[in-house]
Amino acid sequence: MSFLNIFKSDATRHTAIYSGHVVPDSARCVQCGICSYNCPIGIDVRAHVWRDEAVINSECLTCGECVTRCPRGVLRFAQTDLFERRGE
Amino acid sequence: MKYIIIGAGVAGFAAIEAIRSIDESGEITMISDDPHGYYSRPGLAYYLTGELHDKALYPRTQVDYKKLNFKYLRGRVTQILRSEHALEIDGKSRLTYGKLLIVVGARAIPLEVPGAKLTGVVKLDHLTDAQNILKLAKRGKTAVVVGGGITALELTEGLLARGMNVHYLLRGDRYWSNVLDRNESKVVEGRLQAEGVELHYHSELKEIIGKKDRVSGIRLGDGSTIKCDLVAYAIGIRPCLELVKNTDLNIDRGILVNEHLQTNDPDIFAAGDVAQVYDPMSGRSVLDSLWNPARDQGRVAGLNMAGRKRAYLKSPPFNVTRLAGLTTTIIGAVGGGRDDDVIGIARGDSETWRQLPDAIAAQGGFDANHVRILVGEKTLIGAVVMGDQTLSIPLQKMVAEKMDISSIHDKLLAPNAKIADVVADYWSKHVATA
Repeated sequence: MSFLNIFKSDATRHTAIYSGHVVPDSARCVQCGICSYNCPIGIDVRAHVWRDEAVINSECLTCGECVTRCPRGVLRFAQTDLFERRGE
Repeated sequence: MKYIIIGAGVAGFAAIEAIRSIDESGEITMISDDPHGYYSRPGLAYYLTGELHDKALYPRTQVDYKKLNFKYLRGRVTQILRSEHALEIDGKSRLTYGKLLIVVGARAIPLEVPGAKLTGVVKLDHLTDAQNILKLAKRGKTAVVVGGGITALELTEGLLARGMNVHYLLRGDRYWSNVLDRNESKVVEGRLQAEGVELHYHSELKEIIGKKDRVSGIRLGDGSTIKCDLVAYAIGIRPCLELVKNTDLNIDRGILVNEHLQTNDPDIFAAGDVAQVYDPMSGRSVLDSLWNPARDQGRVAGLNMAGRKRAYLKSPPFNVTRLAGLTTTIIGAVGGGRDDDVIGIARGDSETWRQLPDAIAAQGGFDANHVRILVGEKTLIGAVVMGDQTLSIPLQKMVAEKMDISSIHDKLLAPNAKIADVVADYWSKHVATA
């Protein structure tokens, strides 16, 4: 059903591991910092969101902590083109 | 050029970044009497619930500040001396400016009932307030929350998370009645009750009772009393206008600025919660208390101050918040009428949400996951998305870009329409053809 295919850019975690990144919808963000606070390897996710950039960092585990903890639904997994900043 | 920014919120910080993107050598000074400088004010809600440490509220480090090369001065501006292009700081020293930006924000409207000055009566404007609340919550058992809008719930949820018994007083028969519809209010209230919050409808705070200068209870309009150790209020906010009152700068409810964020003095700008911004589309000047517009306004003000003429284009107001644990997105015009719990505007609020033109509401979903859209003749005028947020990005774009929805207009308004499916279907076709 249509419900499924409009969200095709929302990759599952498995897909994200090999082809996706955490991407922000910056207009929803208030820089509270829950994402950076909960990142197990200390990536400053919040700073990426301020610049409206996907979290393209070779150390990102795509563990999804930032995605699930964000209280405003700013972050999601999406397939990105490495040569583009937002991947949309 | 010498730039001075009064205030340390996001609008001021965005202005500094914008000025620096054009003017590498101008002297920039930010002045604020907030002991904590620039931090995420909306993040205070999550600091109260314990999801975040207060040290994590600061988006920038000293290294970032160094790169931006500006001076932070802790102090209170006591006067703006326009004819001398100068500021008086703490009643004594002076600083001159070439361009000035006022981003002093808004603050909570004080409670005016007997006992409002007792220790234990709290509000949530600054980090200092949040720290004070946590200190009081540690030694108290019961709290009473009065007011409405987002901040009242942030206080309720924060106090609850800190183990207090919470009573929430509502003057009318439901929560946030001029933005949410009856069903949405009930969903939020039901979730609060399930968490243990005691709701008191048609209740008006008449007096705060104290013992040795500390809160010990409250008295309601009907004469009944509730024993408590803390009273938290959020009855609305008001732009901080004290500083500009004797300056001949034009003010209404906020500092009036044109689309370049410029006041009637071409060298003085204002942005964020303190500014009442002219919107060329509607021909009106409106107040918002929203974080992202404040950032955008700060950026545009900064560009104009540094000499790059830019107009601020107000987009349909949009906010995401969490109401009783439910992520909720409010887009465009969604409500109307009145809310007796709030005077004027609340934090996270926009006056535009209540400028509802001719539109018919359509709803879908049950309980927690809920979508309400306001359907105009050819476009969507507003939307409320509660719980599952998958539709909020499409709806945000459909409203902001005034996308033509004539093809689904009737489907959306058909009895028992599955609106979520209709919107999703429309969006997938749009994405496919875009």
